[in-house]
Amino acid sequence: MASAPRMSKYSIFSLVRNALAYHEGWEQVWRSPEPKPEYDVIIVGGGGHGLATAFYLAKEHGITNVAVIEKGWLGGGNTGRNTTIIRSNYLWDESAGIYEKSLQLYEGLSQELNFNIMLSQRGVLNLAHNLHDMRELERRVNANRLNGIDSEILSTAEIQDFIPIINTSPKSRYPILGGSLQRRGGTARHDAIAWGFARGADQRGVDIIQQCEVTGIRQSRGKVTGVETTKGLIKAKTVGVVVAGHSSVLAGMAGFRLTVNSYPLQALVSEPIKPVLDTVVMSNAVHVYVSQSDKGELVIGAGIDGCHGYTQRGSLHVIEGQLGALCELFPIFSRLRMMRQWGGIVDTCPDASPIIGKTPVGGLYFNCGWGTGGFKATPGSGWAFAHTLANGEPHPLNAPFTLDRFTTGKLIDEHGAAAVAH
Amino acid sequence: MLLIPCPFCGEREESEFHQGGEAHIERPKNPDKLSDAEWADYLFLRDNKKGLYLERWVHRHGCRRWFNVARDTATNEIKTVYKMGAKPPRGLTKGRAK
Repeated sequence: MASAPRMSKYSIFSLVRNALAYHEGWEQVWRSPEPKPEYDVIIVGGGGHGLATAFYLAKEHGITNVAVIEKGWLGGGNTGRNTTIIRSNYLWDESAGIYEKSLQLYEGLSQELNFNIMLSQRGVLNLAHNLHDMRELERRVNANRLNGIDSEILSTAEIQDFIPIINTSPKSRYPILGGSLQRRGGTARHDAIAWGFARGADQRGVDIIQQCEVTGIRQSRGKVTGVETTKGLIKAKTVGVVVAGHSSVLAGMAGFRLTVNSYPLQALVSEPIKPVLDTVVMSNAVHVYVSQSDKGELVIGAGIDGCHGYTQRGSLHVIEGQLGALCELFPIFSRLRMMRQWGGIVDTCPDASPIIGKTPVGGLYFNCGWGTGGFKATPGSGWAFAHTLANGEPHPLNAPFTLDRFTTGKLIDEHGAAAVAH
Repeated sequence: MLLIPCPFCGEREESEFHQGGEAHIERPKNPDKLSDAEWADYLFLRDNKKGLYLERWVHRHGCRRWFNVARDTATNEIKTVYKMGAKPPRGLTKGRAK
């Protein structure tokens, strides 16, 4: 039974009113409807990107007869498993365009969604440990500035001043020669992104259907007609697939192959400590990235595991490597205990850039290949994908990110250039 | 950490090895006659299967030899290993992602 969309607004007044009522009156943030037999658009995958797509479809294009189909729970995949880092300092113009669009959307998102996404623009610092790193950073900073993206070079002394606890000793094994800083970069609350977009989409009439797995993609004469699910057949002439690590599985159902390879990517958090780190630090050469959450935990990530897989768990020796790098940069962390560790399945592309657009099947669109860096792109990806689904053609921002580029050779090679770590 | 049974050295830890991607992808015999789409197929398009997966590994910090592994990517269970140039053992056929 579909109830009428609600438009209750969160505010200081609603907080006071509900506090006086012992917080028993808060309504559900989104409905849990049964699927209708047919929709205008079906979005497969209820992670951040899928929910953002649904939100912008409703808000920007007025398309509200939309279902988001999720096999687990909202934001339970990579949206809830990343290290919440946001930045837009990519090398190439194509990447700069879409990641900067995303960062700009993030900057207004709490107001737009009426949901606090806890955006903290604390800066993202990339370190250089050798001459080559330094040249790459300077090249990227210049490219960023030409694209209107804030980016600056810090000297070793400025880095020491910016982060008092970092080890800048020239005697360390991989001494820090400098770094690049994007001050508008930072972190946001990952769950809130999923929940905020879900609430906004639901309020505009989008059906969010959880615990419903897609098992097949129906086609007729080269065009998509619907999806088979564990809750039965749901029809639609437009289907957008946004399933990250499982993209190849869905493409297999539709009868074509992707350039995506799936790998486990791990992250972990330490026990909570008092505030010691008020920015995000990334190092490609020793390979670790770290920030401190509002709860005081260090949030630590690094590279993908060594071999393909869908296990959603990683190998211990990968974590060992990244913690070694962490202690090299921050000797003060050497006696911290780690509390939790987890893995997600990331969909990497050969040129480390995503695929957002058409497929060999008419009406079927894929948004995938974000690899290890999808979180920062969530709003921009959804915004561009919504435009693509609504118009049947990509927006100029996502037009370069075709599956076809692997045939034409027009790759967008962000490997290393945009930092190995995402 | 996987334990990988190298066909030449026996079971060793994963950190001694390096994975080389999908197995049985043959370099085209007539490269100058290939279309762009065929090149894309050879260079970039992959099965990326969830389930049984045939892949190449090299024992980088051991005998430094290449071999094939049949592994389930959903569970990491290694079904068998076999030498380069050999066909996958019976029952383990290379299917496209379905």
